[in-house]
Amino acid sequence: MDNSILFSARLSLQVALVATAFIIITGVPVSYFLAQKNFKGKELVDIIFTLPLVLPPTVTGYYLIVIFGRNGLIGKMIYDWTGFTIMFTWYAAALASFVVALPLMVKTTRAAIESVDRNLINAAYTLGHGEIETALRVILPLARKGIIAGTVLSFARAMGEFGATLMLAGNIPGKTNTMPLAIYSLANSGEWTQAHTMVILLTIMSGLFLYIANMYTKRSI
Amino acid sequence: MGLSVSLKKKVNGFTLDVAWEIEDELAVLFGYSGSGKSLTLQMIAGLIRPDEGIVRSNSKTYFNSSAGIDTPPWVRSFGYVFQDLALFPHMTVLRNIIFGAPEIPKDEKVSRAKEMIEAFKLKGLEDRYLSEISGGQKQRVAFARALIRQPEVLLLDEPFSALDHPLRLEMRRFLQEVRERFAISVILVTHDFDEASSLADKLIVYSHGKVAQVGSLQEVMNQPSSTEVQMLVNTKKL
Repeated sequence: MDNSILFSARLSLQVALVATAFIIITGVPVSYFLAQKNFKGKELVDIIFTLPLVLPPTVTGYYLIVIFGRNGLIGKMIYDWTGFTIMFTWYAAALASFVVALPLMVKTTRAAIESVDRNLINAAYTLGHGEIETALRVILPLARKGIIAGTVLSFARAMGEFGATLMLAGNIPGKTNTMPLAIYSLANSGEWTQAHTMVILLTIMSGLFLYIANMYTKRSI
Repeated sequence: MGLSVSLKKKVNGFTLDVAWEIEDELAVLFGYSGSGKSLTLQMIAGLIRPDEGIVRSNSKTYFNSSAGIDTPPWVRSFGYVFQDLALFPHMTVLRNIIFGAPEIPKDEKVSRAKEMIEAFKLKGLEDRYLSEISGGQKQRVAFARALIRQPEVLLLDEPFSALDHPLRLEMRRFLQEVRERFAISVILVTHDFDEASSLADKLIVYSHGKVAQVGSLQEVMNQPSSTEVQMLVNTKKL
């Protein structure tokens, strides 16, 4: 296989894996709080975590530039302290994928946690287990199929991220051109053979992930 | 161990306002469905917060709204058996029982659980999941799990209501054995007068969120405090 295809495939995997790791770390606690706790502004939090699912990825990317760009709200502070900017690096691609794919994790995991029988949670409490222990030993294990399905869906979404990545990381060959971006460039320049290979590769991989996610969501009902 | 309870709670247009005490005995909360019996148990266990009131055992005050005391359910010493038993489907019989003993040191846990398994005639079922055991066995797992950490009071929320008649009779005998063996106060919620009359040392009759009468079975049957209580105890099964 062509070196540039291999590079893009490897980069896409790397970006999606890193994004998914952070999605699990962030998504599970956020989903837990949304499912179990009643607090002021809960619906607002839910909306913020769902918005990237419905916004055009370019809009999400635009927000990310406003926040993490070199002159952005947080990006400027980071740049002033360290001289580093996330813009046009593979980290930016991972950040974009993280933000765009996180809602899939939160939606799926929240639903799974909400479907855990309230009596089982109460039983754990009356048996002397506090909230954290009950979450770790009863709620999350019983919601695990939803969590796995959410993880797989997020991973597949992260693999296919295009718009926000383009805004934040650019489309730099050999640096930030993940598979979707590479396909865009190849199609633009009429290099169909390589484009075909990547399109087929990405389709098979995404189909496989959906199959895995379906297996888990079906079983969790 | 005794228990003293005084609870007020408004939920969705229903008002619960009850106060009663029990000694070291088996008390039955008896009344129609929706009279606030289960709500009372949940508030005793700390699963629902009363608007005001007191929950106090001989050794400890668990809830006192005027003193600002509200102990979380995991610190209260109550064994709770739920109507649907609430056994953990992702754990084996042994794991379910051990889960009821979080404060017991690790090496003691298994030996204690084994004792419970022996006492509750569950030997040979340790590694089974719940889908692999019978209804009566599930009941015994739920009791073993609730009792392993030796709670002060055992709270039973209609645990036998889903069983067929012969098994229900067997479980009543079993409950009396448990009482003797563990010398524990029991509060049993039921709307089945047969069950109430065959088990109760004390009857606490509920009606529309209030206590209509407290007394022994004889007292309640011979001198019902109102026509409603009379109807309740004359109806065999509600």
